[in-house]
Amino acid sequence: MKPVYLRPKSLTHTVTHYCPGCTHGISHRLVAEVIDELGIQGKTIGVASVGCSVFAYNYFDTDFQQAAHGRAPAVATGIKRVHPDKIVFTYQGDGDLASIGAAEIVHAAARRENITVIFINNAIYGMTGGQMAPTTLEGQVTTTSPFGREHGVQGYPLRMSELLAAVDGAYYIARCSLHNPVQVARAKKSIKQAFQNQMEGRGFSMVELLSTCPTNWRMTPQKALEWVEKHMIPVYPLGEFKRGEGE
Amino acid sequence: MSQPILMKGNEAIAEAAIRAGCRFFFGYPITPQNEIPEYMSKKLPEVGGVFVQAESEVASINMVYGAAGAGARVMTSSSSPGISLMMEGLSYIAGAELPCVIVNISRGGPGLGGIQPSQADYFQATKGGGHGDYKVIVYGPCSVQEACDLMVKAFDVADKYRNPVMILGDGMIGQMMEPVVFRGGQGEGSLPEKPWATTGNEGRKSNLITSIHLDPEVLDAHNWKLCQKYKAIEENEVMYEVYREDDAEWFLVAYGTVARICISVMDKMRKEGFKVGLIRPITLWPFPKAAFEQVADRAKGFLCVEMSTGQMVEDVKLAVEGRAPVYFYGRTGGAVPLPRAIEKRMRDVIEGREPVVTDYLEGRGGGVK
Amino acid sequence: MNHQIIMAGFGGQGVMLIGTLLTYAGMREGKHVSWLPSYGPEMRGGTANCAVCISDAPIASPVVTEPTAVIAMNLPSYEKFSKILVAGGSLIINSSLVSVENIRGDIKAYRIPANDEAETLGSQRVANMVCLGGLLGVEDIVEIETVIAVLPEVIQERYHHLLDLNARALRRGYEMVREMK
Ligand SMILES: Cc1ncc(C[n+]2csc(CCOP(=O)(O)OP(=O)(O)O)c2C)c(N)n1
Ligand code: SF4
Repeated sequence: MKPVYLRPKSLTHTVTHYCPGCTHGISHRLVAEVIDELGIQGKTIGVASVGCSVFAYNYFDTDFQQAAHGRAPAVATGIKRVHPDKIVFTYQGDGDLASIGAAEIVHAAARRENITVIFINNAIYGMTGGQMAPTTLEGQVTTTSPFGREHGVQGYPLRMSELLAAVDGAYYIARCSLHNPVQVARAKKSIKQAFQNQMEGRGFSMVELLSTCPTNWRMTPQKALEWVEKHMIPVYPLGEFKRGEGE
Repeated sequence: MSQPILMKGNEAIAEAAIRAGCRFFFGYPITPQNEIPEYMSKKLPEVGGVFVQAESEVASINMVYGAAGAGARVMTSSSSPGISLMMEGLSYIAGAELPCVIVNISRGGPGLGGIQPSQADYFQATKGGGHGDYKVIVYGPCSVQEACDLMVKAFDVADKYRNPVMILGDGMIGQMMEPVVFRGGQGEGSLPEKPWATTGNEGRKSNLITSIHLDPEVLDAHNWKLCQKYKAIEENEVMYEVYREDDAEWFLVAYGTVARICISVMDKMRKEGFKVGLIRPITLWPFPKAAFEQVADRAKGFLCVEMSTGQMVEDVKLAVEGRAPVYFYGRTGGAVPLPRAIEKRMRDVIEGREPVVTDYLEGRGGGVK
Repeated sequence: MNHQIIMAGFGGQGVMLIGTLLTYAGMREGKHVSWLPSYGPEMRGGTANCAVCISDAPIASPVVTEPTAVIAMNLPSYEKFSKILVAGGSLIINSSLVSVENIRGDIKAYRIPANDEAETLGSQRVANMVCLGGLLGVEDIVEIETVIAVLPEVIQERYHHLLDLNARALRRGYEMVREMK
C-alpha cells in the first residue's frame, strides 16, 4: 500500500493542545512540510511567541526559543545576526504581532532582517480567553468589546500586511487563508516562498494566515471556516502585497 | 448592613473601583486578571466612564500617566509580566507625583513563568521596580472582601499623597468567589480638588506634569521632598494585624492568601498547646515594623511563610533586628504551602530542630515532606 | 464541619454552575464559603473543575488539595480526582459517561447515571444537577431546599423557564443516592 499522507519529519509526535477545529494545527503542518521539502530541518531555528502557540516548540522538531509577548522579531534578529546561515522564523498571533509587538515587527522589516514571519490572524486573543485584538472586525463581540467593536470607540481593524508592504525593507508580504483546501494549498506555496526568500538572502518575508478560533468566536469549527470566508476576507483581502525584485 | 453577594475577586475589585469613583481604566489582557478589564469594558460605559484596551502594558501605564495628570481617578490592572512592562511608566508617575491605582494579580515568574498564584513580585512592588528613588504604597489583601475595602482606600490614599498605590493580590484572590459587602466609596461627587492637573490654563497660570529636573540641586531637593512624603506615609498609613498577641511566643508571618492558611495552622497548633501567634502585614510598603516592636520582648522566633523563595523575610529580619531568630518556608510557581507542611516547619522551629541562622534554601517547599 | 469539594467534568457540563450554586447556598445558610475555578490554558484540553469550601470556620485556603468529596462527571476527572480524595470521602460518579471497575475501597462511592436520568427528566443539560443532588444526599453540606431556593439567583434569567427542571433534577439525584445508602 502506498501512503498518501505522512506526518512531516519536522513535526514531533506530540498531540497538540489546540482546541478542536482550530487552524493553528494546519499552519503548523504547512510550515513543517515546507521545512521538510526545503531540507532545512537541521538548520532551522524557530521563535515561539506568546499566545495559544506559545508551546509551538513542543510540536516542531527544530531548535526553538520562546520570546516575550510581542518581542519575537527582536529575538529572531538576535539569533539571525549570530547565525546568518541558519533559517530563522517566528510564529506569532495577532495580539502578539499587531498589538504589543507592533514596534518590533515594523522595525524588523525596516532593518531588512532576513527572517520569515508566520502571522496568525484570528481576529481575537485566543490564549487569554477571547478579548479584542487589533484585528477584531467592526461589530465583532469580544469579552472586552461586549457591545461589538465600534470604530468611534475602539477604532478600526489593523491591516498588517498592507502596513508592512509599505516598509522599504520588506521583501515579501502575502495574506492567505486556511478556510478551505484550495486556500490551504495556496498558503503553503506562500509559506514556501517566504522560506526560500530567506535561503536566498532576500530579506524580510511575512505570510499572514487568516485563521479560526472556534472556541472564542463561540462557533462550531465549520461555522468558523465560513465566517472567515464571509466576514474576514472582505476586510482582509487575500493576495501578495509585495514581492521584491531580485537584488 | 446589606446582604453579602458572591463575587469573583477580580470582578469585585473592579466593582469596588467604580464605587470609589474610578471612571478611567486602561489595560491589556493577561491571565489571571482578565475579569477586571472585561468587567470594566461592560460597566464603565454605564456610569459615563471610559475603558480603553491599550496595545500593551507600556501603553496602558502611560495612558494612566496622562489621565492622572489630567486630574482623573484612574487605574490599570495586570499580572506579573505585564507589571514588569509598567515599571518605566510607574517611575515617571512617582517622579511626577501622580495619584493612580495599579492592581497586580500576580502569577509565578520569572519570565513567562506560570499563571498560578504567586508572591514572587514582592521585591518589585515594595523596593521600587523602576529606576530612581521612589516608593509605591502597596496593599496585600487576604480575601475578596479585604481587596474591595482596600481598593476604595487605595484611591483616597493615592490622592492624599499624590502617589501611585498598588494592590498586590495573587491568582487566588482574583479567581476565587467569596461573599462580599461593598462599603465606603464615594462615587464621583466628593472627589478632592486637583488644582495641579492639566485641565487648560484658562484663568490661571499654566500647570506642568513632568519628572525631568536637569539641575542637580533641583533634583536633589525634589528627591528629598519625595522622601519626606514617604516618611509621612510610613507614619500614617501602616496597616497590619497581630493575632494572639496576648500570649503568643512563636509567630508566623505571612501576607495575602498565605496568611489565611497560616491562621488555620495557628489555630490548630494552639489547640495542641503551642503558643503560636501571627503577624499579618496589610501594607507591604510601608512595612509594619511596629508589629514586630509590639511583640519584641516576648517573641522567641518568627517563621515567615511566602509563595516565593524568600522576599518579605528580608523585611521581617530588618524589623526584628536580630532580637529573635527568623525562619522561612516557601513554595513557588503556583504551588501553595500546605497547612501540614507549615505546621511541621513550625514544630521544628519551636522544638529547636533548626539552625539559628536561617538558610532560605533549607526552608524551600521541597525540603519539607 | 469543613467540606472541601471538587467538581469536575468536560467544559459545558456545567460543573462551574453547580459549584457556584452550592457555594451560594452555603452563604445563604450563614456558613463560610469559597469557590475557586481552574483557569487559563489548563481549560483548553476540555476539562474544567472548581473547588468549593463550606465551613463553620473562616476558610483557610480556597485551594483544595485533599478533597472530602468529589463529583466526577467524566473519565479524566474521575482519574484525576478520585486519587486525592481523603479516605472516607464521598465520590459521585456520573456512570452514564464513566464506567470503571476497582474503585478505591476506602471511600464512599456512588454511581449515578446522571445523563440518563436527566434525559428522562427532560434534558441531558441537567445531568450536573442530578450529580449535585446526589452529593447533597450523601454529605450534610447544606439543605437541598436551600439550593433549590437560590436557583433563581444563580441561574441566568433567560434560563428561568428551566428552574423547575433543575429543581427536579436535584431532587432526583438526592433520592437516588438516599435509596443506595
Ligand atoms: C507582557 C504580557 N502581557 C500580556 C500577556 C498575556 N497574553 C498571553 S497570550 C496573549 C494574546 C494572545 O493573542 P494572540 O497573539 O492573538 O494569539 P492567539 O492566542 O489568538 O493564538 C496575551 C495578551 C503576556 N503573556 N505578557
Ligand atoms: S483558543 Fe482559539 S486560537 Fe487558541 S487553540 Fe483554541 S481555537 Fe485555537
